[in-house]
Amino acid sequence: MNALGFVLTNFWALLVLAFLGLVGLRIVWRVRKFGATRRELRHVLRRSPFYFVVLVFCFFAAAPFLIMFLHTFKTDGDLYRRPQPFVYRQEPTLEHLDALFTNTAYLDFIRNSVLVGVAVVIITLLLSLPAAYALARLTGRWGERAGILMFLVYLVPPTLLFIPMFRIVVLLGLKDSPLSLIVVYPSFTVPFSMWLLQGFFKAVPPELEEAALVDGYNRVEAFLRVVLPLSLPGIISTVVFTFTLTLHEFIYGLVFIADTSQRTLSVGVPTELILGDVYFWQPLLAAALIIAIPVGLAYNLFLDSLVQGFTMGAVKG
Amino acid sequence: MKLLHLGNFPLDNRRLIGALFLTPALLYIVLLVGFPFVLSIAFGFSDVTVGNTDLSFVGFRNFLAVWENDIFRQVFETTIRFTLISQVFILIFANILAVIFTQEFTGKWFARFVFILPWATPVSLAMIGWLWMLDTKYSPIDYLLLQLGLLGRGGLLSDNRNLFWLAAPDLAQISVIFVQVWRMTPLATVILMAGLSSIPTDILDQAEVDGSRFMRTLLQIKLPLILPIMVIALLFSMITMFGDMTVVYVLTRGGPVDYTRVLGLYSFQVGIEGGNLAQGAAISLFAFPLLLAMAIFMLRTASRAEVR
Repeated sequence: MNALGFVLTNFWALLVLAFLGLVGLRIVWRVRKFGATRRELRHVLRRSPFYFVVLVFCFFAAAPFLIMFLHTFKTDGDLYRRPQPFVYRQEPTLEHLDALFTNTAYLDFIRNSVLVGVAVVIITLLLSLPAAYALARLTGRWGERAGILMFLVYLVPPTLLFIPMFRIVVLLGLKDSPLSLIVVYPSFTVPFSMWLLQGFFKAVPPELEEAALVDGYNRVEAFLRVVLPLSLPGIISTVVFTFTLTLHEFIYGLVFIADTSQRTLSVGVPTELILGDVYFWQPLLAAALIIAIPVGLAYNLFLDSLVQGFTMGAVKG
Repeated sequence: MKLLHLGNFPLDNRRLIGALFLTPALLYIVLLVGFPFVLSIAFGFSDVTVGNTDLSFVGFRNFLAVWENDIFRQVFETTIRFTLISQVFILIFANILAVIFTQEFTGKWFARFVFILPWATPVSLAMIGWLWMLDTKYSPIDYLLLQLGLLGRGGLLSDNRNLFWLAAPDLAQISVIFVQVWRMTPLATVILMAGLSSIPTDILDQAEVDGSRFMRTLLQIKLPLILPIMVIALLFSMITMFGDMTVVYVLTRGGPVDYTRVLGLYSFQVGIEGGNLAQGAAISLFAFPLLLAMAIFMLRTASRAEVR
């Protein structure tokens, strides 16, 4: 707590210091490598507007998350009485973070979201791995048509379907159960991951499969033993993005499940942590930030792979 | 009799395997999207409510009632306006950012992480952050403006200490559009990045040999080449935005009055909260022709890109 308290009370000073320190280190590194020449100086000056633009964009993107972080540890007095949102005037406290995990259904939301996400990922992979391979390699014109159809289906927004879906869920007796989401979510994750996986499969050289066929494998074996292992990085990134799609979904989760303990994160946090007009701001903001950071890291880690999948899926192989 | 070229073993038959591989996924989608869609149309022509389950045919009554409703007209117009205005900004920012992030620079990894956060965060959770940022009383933005002397007594923007972002009609609309741009720019950027990185390097090498500088290469070679992908990015985010209700659900619930009510939210409020499933379905069906037109336009652009 002491270290955290120090960081929080001196947040802006430390941020600026860290930034200047990193810039300084970088300049020192360049000078040692290229020498302190006039050309080097001109290079630094010419590049600085570029970095300035990056910094401005970063600031806009990050602003709400910075505020979330800064507010999580504020006492009620510090937050509401003559507010100064950017600084700490009272000792930071872990009390609200603690309350989030002990007094609210936050852990239930996390459990439900993980449960739904994992189940949907498994169903999605079982359906879309073979289908994507068929689209990439096995089928001709009608396969291509099916692929376009899938793409169109992905574009159908949930707002168009949630009313009949709600009726179906009620008829199946799945209302208020996460099972309803497990059944319905593949309707958008399957088209999405098929589209992505198809791109990754196309990137595997067909010669390798032909070699496997010559060696006496059949098509299915060639797919299982050659294509799947080779496209493992792509499959992993598909898993990551499929999981986060289920994490993001809001409308179905809101409509199908009314029972607090069964709700998922994206629905539970904004509806259940707000009691009528009473907002518990510190736990609310913390609840959002705790999810945002790991998902952001995962996206950044797999972004290159996603871009590659997009490209290969869009460019005809 | 024409002989089909078949493998000598069923598991080697491409067509058979292809069909076997594709069918489960197609079946699931037809059941889970096709069927509800047909049901949605059936609902639109019926008088179904949450309490009344039997579907009796009432013709175009729901659609007529919806179309003649002044609130619906306003909601429809708001949805289109929000979608179009936000796309302009998304496209501008996404182009700039895609060019930035397809280059190498110091600190790129961290910058990309920060810039992706708005898209990576589940929408409803990110909106909680904005709900506080735009709070009527405690808004940190208002605090900054107050410190700068733009708010408060004698302030340039308002004599009041607050701007009431989500409570004033104009500002609420601006806020919603801003937040939509904020959260959807990264997606458009990623699609454009895919486009930029798919440009064959020999074209760029040739341009460099011919003495083309950065701006010229960008404006005369890169941008024209990714134009089809730009259309795809644009329509992608238009369709997403057109069907979205999460942002306004968390931020304003459609208020003040009806100023930020969009189609998806209205259909939710009538169909689920109001219990009138039939009219809710009719409302969301009004979005369908527009969505279809966008999708067809998108596919034609995409296929034209493939030919080239």
